[in-house]
Amino acid sequence: MDLLEDLRSHDIDVRAGTSDDAVDGRVPRLVARPASTEQVAATMRAAHAAGAVTVVRGNGTKLRWGAPAPELDLLLDLGGMQQLLEHQPGDLIVRAEAGMPLADLQEHLRSSGQRLGVDEPVAGTTLGGLIASNASGPRRLHTGTARDLLIGVTIVLADGTIAHSGGKVVKNVAGYDLCKLMTGSFGTLAVVTEATFRLHPTPAASGWATVQVAPDQLEPMLERLCRTQLAPAALEIDAPPGESVTIGTLIEGTVAGVPGRLAAARAEIADHAELRDDLDWPWRYPFSTDGTQSGLKITCRLGAVATLTAAATNLGLHVRGSAGTGVLYAAAPSAAGPADLADALTSLRALAADHGGSVVVLDAPRELRGAVDVWGPVPATAIMRRLKEQFDPARLLAPGRFVGGI
Amino acid sequence: MTQAAPITAVAARLRSALPADAVIDDPTRLATYDCDGLLHYRVSPALVVLAGSADDVQLAVRACVEQDVPFVARGSGTGLSGGALPHADGVLIVMSGFREIREVSPRDQRAVVDPGVINLAVSGRTRPDGYYFAPDPSSQQICTIGGNVAENSGGAHCLKYGFTATHVLAADVVTPDGERTTLGTTAPDAPGYDVLGAFVGSEGTLGIATEVTVRLLRNPQSVQTFLAGFADCNAAGAAVSAIIGAGIVPAAIEMMDALAIEAAEAAVSCNYPPGAGGVLVVELDGPEHEVEAELAAAEHHCQEAGAFEIRVAADDAERQAIWRGRKSAFAAVGRISPDYIVQDGVIPRTALPEVLRQMDELAAERGVRVANVFHAGDGNLHPLVLFDEKVPGQGDAAEDASGAILDLCLAHGGSITGEHGVGSDKAKHMPKMFTDDDLDTMQLVRCAFDPQGISNPGKVFPTPRLCGEVPGKRKAAHPAQQAGLGEVF
Repeated sequence: MDLLEDLRSHDIDVRAGTSDDAVDGRVPRLVARPASTEQVAATMRAAHAAGAVTVVRGNGTKLRWGAPAPELDLLLDLGGMQQLLEHQPGDLIVRAEAGMPLADLQEHLRSSGQRLGVDEPVAGTTLGGLIASNASGPRRLHTGTARDLLIGVTIVLADGTIAHSGGKVVKNVAGYDLCKLMTGSFGTLAVVTEATFRLHPTPAASGWATVQVAPDQLEPMLERLCRTQLAPAALEIDAPPGESVTIGTLIEGTVAGVPGRLAAARAEIADHAELRDDLDWPWRYPFSTDGTQSGLKITCRLGAVATLTAAATNLGLHVRGSAGTGVLYAAAPSAAGPADLADALTSLRALAADHGGSVVVLDAPRELRGAVDVWGPVPATAIMRRLKEQFDPARLLAPGRFVGGI
Repeated sequence: MTQAAPITAVAARLRSALPADAVIDDPTRLATYDCDGLLHYRVSPALVVLAGSADDVQLAVRACVEQDVPFVARGSGTGLSGGALPHADGVLIVMSGFREIREVSPRDQRAVVDPGVINLAVSGRTRPDGYYFAPDPSSQQICTIGGNVAENSGGAHCLKYGFTATHVLAADVVTPDGERTTLGTTAPDAPGYDVLGAFVGSEGTLGIATEVTVRLLRNPQSVQTFLAGFADCNAAGAAVSAIIGAGIVPAAIEMMDALAIEAAEAAVSCNYPPGAGGVLVVELDGPEHEVEAELAAAEHHCQEAGAFEIRVAADDAERQAIWRGRKSAFAAVGRISPDYIVQDGVIPRTALPEVLRQMDELAAERGVRVANVFHAGDGNLHPLVLFDEKVPGQGDAAEDASGAILDLCLAHGGSITGEHGVGSDKAKHMPKMFTDDDLDTMQLVRCAFDPQGISNPGKVFPTPRLCGEVPGKRKAAHPAQQAGLGEVF
């Protein structure tokens, strides 16, 4: 049976793709919009029978991330799956469909004084997209990333098998933790259709202590701040090339506790630099995420943050990110061509590797991503390939997008 | 060919490369390794090898691969689910002699350790620098980091700080095909699939860790611990709900019921409030200003819930005294019952009163007693089913009650194990929690790491799947076809 007829026979909302549906410039032949996990399973069974290359889409905000997308037969749009399935405030857990926008979930949780402890670095992110990309922001220092908060998943394999892992209790070691494998897998292992997260109480009070330092003062200041016992929710830096570096410490907690901690944070800084509490810290990546600019993710061990920051800014990159965890983002100058980007990657990757980390290209114009190795060297790729072979032997899910050509 | 031949070949291979005392096949000595912390499962291994390095581990695994002989890794053998139960025809690779702390870097908040390093030894080394390793299973004085990685160990403080998976950044492993690879990186967010996340908690079925990079946390500025006595567990449970509901995330909240208190008193004279039908141990840690505010609020919630006595530890010695009763609870139960089974079920915290009531009923129906010690903050119950093996029928009744408790946890949306692992003990219960498709899908991971199925076989999953040969899988691409696809990469 033809894929279109097969999908229609299962009452799945399906239509021909248009230029509005293009993934990284590739227009899909068909767009399916299933309304349930069972419909996703039926969709994948049909796609599997037809050998249709399939890309999963939430809100499409990070679909370009990774290596350039393949020619695709089917776009699996999870926009029809946005339901909140269960919120148990007393148990601090929530279960929702993967197409639900993160902002909608947070809005719902707000009335209970709770939140999912992740930031939203790209506006419009869905829960599925959050899991697939493991995108994170400043608060990862305190509450981690989707990797640490996802406690249960329902997935649909490339052949349409429905499977679950984890559950809805935070403490649970029964069986393999497929939540971890799904997190950051960029839609190449299986389709996540439902997710259960642990929640955190929304702190009653918060405030930033911020400071500007000369680039050569970044290292001692970070070392100092990392050693405090202030337990900040975030420790961020913003380093435009050739300028001073802004360091921000976010304190979150109780109404009674935060003022004293903020005062302590300011005292810690004030002896060494000028306090700047008027700085604007609603956090964004240092690059635009509309596909026009090249944005890198740089990781390293904690003690090397200043070293990597200096190297990247010297190459003309604007660096921003979580100095308290060793996860930074860098924007390449708009004028940077493939050769410039490749050169920057070569030197930064060598340095990051010396310091236990890596450099990947998150977002960039398609021609640039086609011209450079966006993922760089990755250890354990042999096992990763074997996982892909087990989960998706026909290579239907976003082939070529992930590390090592997976 | 008999079973003896392959193991003989493995023994010969190992003897040729390792010191004589590192390879054990004397039946008397083998018997000393016949169980882990789950004492009623006993199997003598066919061969024991005492590994002292990653090379030793790789050598042993390779020998097993060549002869298709199963292997099981063992740390200190403190596990409570029979995860390190030996295989009768296999090799037990003992990791406990492989115990050096390789590197401590306070500046990077990292330490690199051998898998045989004792959990508490990590913090012992790093505390003077102001840092510690957060996972704190009750066995932390003797359990190994390698075991913690295998089991994704928790402990009382994982309520606030998370499990071992949160605190391991990278691991060098010998995979079940005898290769060595590094999972994860020293930095967070290693690109690629989170194979480290899958490995941690896989109970030794995906290979053996030979070096582990752990995350260190800064010592908290302030720690406050208090003990609260209640008339019963329902009142104590109400206090827990009120504390969590107020947005406080304590470092730990532990609960003990009357029987558990009785046992602890008998064993360690912990001097808990007389007449208490339930006690809470609450620990708060963090910046001073925050802890002061939270302590006042938590005490208030306990009083509101009916606590008749609250004791705040004035110093470390008093804190240790409060914890002594809780930490000794499992062993202490030996004082009030000749035999017991420890369960590890998890429930949503809000179901606690209902589950405790039903647990009393099902125990009474079966004529056994249940003592309860649990991590109340995250709903991880440790019911201790008490019985006397010498009384005919009691062992079976206890086993039955134990299974019924797990059913009860599942009926309330919980889990069969919160931190002890599935191991040999609970594999049979896995189908109650997961569908066949769920278990088959998990085993795809097994097939990727261990296609021969020789790494700790028989644990976790009730039935192994044959990799690559199961009907319904590999519909499109046969392994032979995969070989051709290799060039696509």
